[in-house]
Amino acid sequence: MDNRFYNRDIVSIADLSREDMEQILDVAAILKETPHPTLLNGKVIASCFFEASTRTRLSFETAIHRLGGTLIGFADGGNTSAKKGETLADAIRMVSSYTDAIIMRHPKEGAARMASEFSGVPIINGGDGANQHPTQTLLDLFSIKECQGQLDNLTVTFVGDLKYGRTVHSLAQALTHFNATFNFIAPDALAMPDYLLQELDEKGIRWQRSDTIEEVIANTDIVYMTRVQKERFDETEYKHIASKYVLTNETLKTAPEHLKVLHPLPRVDEIAVEVDQTPHAYYFEQARNGVYARQALLALILNETGL
Amino acid sequence: MGNKLQVEAICQGTVIDHIAAGQGVKILDRLHLLDSKARITVGFNLPSKALGFKDIIKVEGRMFTEQEANELALFAPSATINVIDDYRVVDKFAMTIPETLSGAFSCPNSNCITHNEPVDSFFYLRHVRDDTQLKCRYCEKIFSKEIVAELK
Repeated sequence: MDNRFYNRDIVSIADLSREDMEQILDVAAILKETPHPTLLNGKVIASCFFEASTRTRLSFETAIHRLGGTLIGFADGGNTSAKKGETLADAIRMVSSYTDAIIMRHPKEGAARMASEFSGVPIINGGDGANQHPTQTLLDLFSIKECQGQLDNLTVTFVGDLKYGRTVHSLAQALTHFNATFNFIAPDALAMPDYLLQELDEKGIRWQRSDTIEEVIANTDIVYMTRVQKERFDETEYKHIASKYVLTNETLKTAPEHLKVLHPLPRVDEIAVEVDQTPHAYYFEQARNGVYARQALLALILNETGL
Repeated sequence: MGNKLQVEAICQGTVIDHIAAGQGVKILDRLHLLDSKARITVGFNLPSKALGFKDIIKVEGRMFTEQEANELALFAPSATINVIDDYRVVDKFAMTIPETLSGAFSCPNSNCITHNEPVDSFFYLRHVRDDTQLKCRYCEKIFSKEIVAELK
């Protein structure tokens, strides 16, 4: 296998081609099937979370342990020299001199791109402010391919906060490589940004806005739910709005059998707990897949010959 | 002289001609031309065959850097730059909007990493319909040129 990722930074989903994404998904599938507990033996990987994270950090760290790598790092920027006023550029220079790769999350947008310019080892972006979270997109793609058997020509319905949700933006951008069709269901105040719609138009991607999940569910392959954050609305408005963006067994009544529901988690009440018991629920498997997608990235970035 | 305009010739320096009327003042401001002691002659709303009306700026004893020329291209894509030596035009070129722009403008996104770290801003430029858009290399946000140019 020709490794497309050896020593490469993973900063933005926009840097990845269709072939790149396919390679990661193929390797993730192999690693899910067959554990490779010694693949990262002798590698030291830094996990630098300047901003708190649960799933991303824990799944990265699990991925490193499962492949036999060694981990150093911190889970909260408050305890680092950043607090003393050190620039991120200096911090990254220092950490990169100790390690073989750096996984980082930072509250500022563009932090990972900048870090990649100062680091002597590959940078993997675990989220930079509201900008990018490429490994979330890779695990989303892996989950979609796993449950649908393919990525091409699928209809994906995005629901909830489509304005601020970076996972939605990145996944929509990634799926443009696979001739997807999109339905967008969101309150006006949280609609998909114009610049992204413009990008979809330029790439000839079919999309429409819909008012309710029910009207598009019968022709949907994937429902991608996100959380409408209470703090973005006043209380009465929230109550009125939120109920429209909740998925229940009733909403799923006309769903095709193969339809799966994804959610980047954490969920609050936008997916009723009753849905967990249906064959449509795929969000916990999706979260689990985060470990395999991240293992795949690490395996490719740190091994010239890949798997 | 017929219809020719009487604007004082300069011995050595730069003439920015064919600026769309109204943009001349912005260029004076943007390039901090008034901060220097350079002798400057300006003409606003002069008749122009190509533009209807145009502005013109003559700067004595000053050549523009590549970065200044790039900034200029954003505001006055129709402009031409004449380099003058010994009262003669020794070089003449039209503005072209560059593909990238480094260090010229701050990123309008206040949460962009470029505001806190030792890096220059960096934008990729592209034309969309009548607008020029700038995409920040770092935060990846896209801005129209008017928004970027408001903040420096």
